[in-house]
Amino acid sequence: MAWRLRLAPEKTNIDFFRHQWLTFGGSMALMVVAFVAWGVMGLNYGIDFKGGTTIRTDSVNAVDVAAYRAALEQLPLGDVAITEVFDTNFAPDQHVAQIRISALEQTDAVSPETITQVQEALKAVDPQITFAAIDSVGPKVSGELVWSSVMAVAATSVGILLYIWLRFEWQMAVGAVLALLHDVFITIGIWAVFQLKFDLTIVAALLTILGYSINDTVVVFDRLRENLAKYKTMPLRDVMNLSVNETLSRTLMTSITTLIAVGSMLVFGGDVIRGFAFAIFMGVLLGTYSSVYVAKNLVLFIGIDRSEKPKGGKGAADHEFAKIDA
Amino acid sequence: MPHTPLWKRILIWGVVLIGLAFAAPNLFYGRVEQHNDARGAAEKAGFTTAEQQAQIDLWPNWLPSGLVNLGLDLRGGAHLLAEVQVQDVYKTRMDSLWPEVRDTLRDLRDQVGAVRRQPSPDGTLKVAIENPAGLEAAVQAVKALASPVVSLTGVGQNDLDVTVEGNDIVIQLSEAERVATDNRTMAQSLEIIRRRVDEAGTREPTILRQGTDRILIEVPGIGSASELKDLIGTTAKLTFNPVVRRTSNQNEDPGPRNRLLPAMNEQGVYYVIEDAPVVSGDDLIDSQPTFDQNSRPAVSFRFNTTGARAFGDYTAQNIGAPFAIVLDNEIISAPTIQSHIPGGSGQITGNFTVEEANQLAVLLRAGALPAKMNFLEERTIGPELGADSIEAGSKAAVIAMIAVSVFMIAAYGLFGVFATTALAINMALIFGVLSAIGGTLTLPGIAGIVLTIGMAVDANVLVFERIREELRQAKSPMRAIELGYERAFSAIFDANVTTLITAGVLFFIGAGPVRGFAVTLAIGIFTSVFTALFVTRAIMEIWMRWRQPKTIVV
Repeated sequence: MAWRLRLAPEKTNIDFFRHQWLTFGGSMALMVVAFVAWGVMGLNYGIDFKGGTTIRTDSVNAVDVAAYRAALEQLPLGDVAITEVFDTNFAPDQHVAQIRISALEQTDAVSPETITQVQEALKAVDPQITFAAIDSVGPKVSGELVWSSVMAVAATSVGILLYIWLRFEWQMAVGAVLALLHDVFITIGIWAVFQLKFDLTIVAALLTILGYSINDTVVVFDRLRENLAKYKTMPLRDVMNLSVNETLSRTLMTSITTLIAVGSMLVFGGDVIRGFAFAIFMGVLLGTYSSVYVAKNLVLFIGIDRSEKPKGGKGAADHEFAKIDA
Repeated sequence: MPHTPLWKRILIWGVVLIGLAFAAPNLFYGRVEQHNDARGAAEKAGFTTAEQQAQIDLWPNWLPSGLVNLGLDLRGGAHLLAEVQVQDVYKTRMDSLWPEVRDTLRDLRDQVGAVRRQPSPDGTLKVAIENPAGLEAAVQAVKALASPVVSLTGVGQNDLDVTVEGNDIVIQLSEAERVATDNRTMAQSLEIIRRRVDEAGTREPTILRQGTDRILIEVPGIGSASELKDLIGTTAKLTFNPVVRRTSNQNEDPGPRNRLLPAMNEQGVYYVIEDAPVVSGDDLIDSQPTFDQNSRPAVSFRFNTTGARAFGDYTAQNIGAPFAIVLDNEIISAPTIQSHIPGGSGQITGNFTVEEANQLAVLLRAGALPAKMNFLEERTIGPELGADSIEAGSKAAVIAMIAVSVFMIAAYGLFGVFATTALAINMALIFGVLSAIGGTLTLPGIAGIVLTIGMAVDANVLVFERIREELRQAKSPMRAIELGYERAFSAIFDANVTTLITAGVLFFIGAGPVRGFAVTLAIGIFTSVFTALFVTRAIMEIWMRWRQPKTIVV
């Protein structure tokens, strides 16, 4: 037999419910912690959600954050945050900084005069500075973006809930959505704890996590559905363990290939996309975990009605007659 | 293993070949882009220059030449989200209605007495009449000025709402007319913006109406958002007004029906001009950058017949008097009329640079925006940053591709090679579809493709793992492969439908780059299911027929 890279032994018999209090309970606790962190610490919103201006500077001279700050403090601006950006793709003499200016109360994104003033002030500090990107978002739009992002996550969850309900059982739908929320909330929690910049691309990443995580969960549920039909008398808990064990090799394979791809994006994809890649990377890890340890536990708590049910085109009336006959 | 029928195999490989053909131009991006540009320019002009012909020859005409559009974040350019102040138009309408109302009521002087306009909020017209007894008659007379609304939804409604407030008549636009007016304002604004952006010759601008009163403008290749704003101009309104006097006092009282405006090029100089213009920019039919007799940049203009007559009459009667050329409430210049100017054409000279003259000509040609715009969102992406992003994105994609391939081959041997081949075809198909539908690739879109590299093998992994399981139950290779595909199908199907739901939501709710991500993600789902279910299987069948193995190891 040819050599093969194996992530899991050919046949595993792990009891995934054995340390339930730790795995599932721990997950739920972590979810609550993430939620609290979100509420208490808040998120470090980017201008997409808060309004304001970001300017990306690029220069052959080293970034002097203190000098930049001193130059900008003389201007009538809102809060100013300056961070230096590092990336492996930069040339040796490329020095990039990101300057974020909070919005003042106004409808317009930002007055052109303000941007010109900022540019001139920075040019005075470093004559060779160039401005690679300037983004301004007005408070009016940013408020709408917050709302549409929340709607997006909610709409996706509901859509998935309905689809799983349609194709599987409602218990599984609830379990799957719980697993999804677990992934999303913990990711948001990480962003809150480390105060990473939370902007529109992170919302896109969260939605992608929803898509990936459900993918994983569905594969397990699909096998569960198959095994439930095959082993009608086996206890639910054992059928679940069997299903997860049978799909374990695939779950790990797909997680690894996806992590390889996303990891490559994280390392080589440049700093513009880094937050996005990192969110997806975390999400894939969490999604894999939750499809094994979270989704089906809730299904086990609720239980599944395993009595014979009519399948296909037969209606409920048919079923009742069949019962009487039996 | 019962073979896939011939027609199906032809179909599968046919789709792959067509996909590859559509993807191919992207490998020669610069070349095909030149070819397309030259061809477009030649078609527009109606003839082909030698230079254009050389560029056209860079890529054969019979090959597909669709390219993936690069999004703003990759190409560099500017993005604006503007909100049109549609209420501005209500005010203009009411202001221009006033003389009409006044004249109508003047005819009824016996009944209503003197008529005065009262101060009122913008968009309403409040008229006081001297004799309250005539109120009823006055209201009837004003109501007669209204005309039916021209729109699909407002049928049977009049454009004016006339109400009585004490002894005053209050006139404003009706609800239906406001909707109709808003739509006209938006259509007009879009058209003017489109013309101004097109005039400047930038490539593939996106100009879209969003919601009731917003316009999204994306122009690749332009230097900055403020440059784009200058080009669009918030309200480039040109008028020619009689000059009353010149002054240096900026607080001088201009007097009734006059206005005090600053001069554009002279510091501290102001002009008092008459409010009513002689001719306005609406009567302008052409405007070109040119040079005056001293070889300084200037802008020439030409009026239509109405404008030409008014301009001709005025200049004939006012020789020796100055008149002002007013653009956006600034006096560009106030030359003295030297002679009667018949024919309705003339020249504006000022201290212009060539570029300014050019831009002014564009603005004049495109006409005035009907309402002011507020810019809610503006983004500028430098071309270098875009190029860096493309480079970093492709590097990440190539490395991901190699690493995933190595991993798949290590895990599944020969079958891993099949899956890797399918993955390569999958990538080509994504680009093919993107080019064919004229999709836009953004940086998150590249991320979507990289993510697809990781997730696309999932369908293959599901099938291979299943084949392994079936093989363990001592099934023949043929049978195991067949069952593997059959039994893995439901998982592949459900998993991809749920991802598609996410992509759909992202598409409808997201904007710009995020939407680009949704598009590549969705295309990736279709192509990866296609390649995993059909292409890998077709490759497998070819191999099985060729080698006829008794046993297989997955």
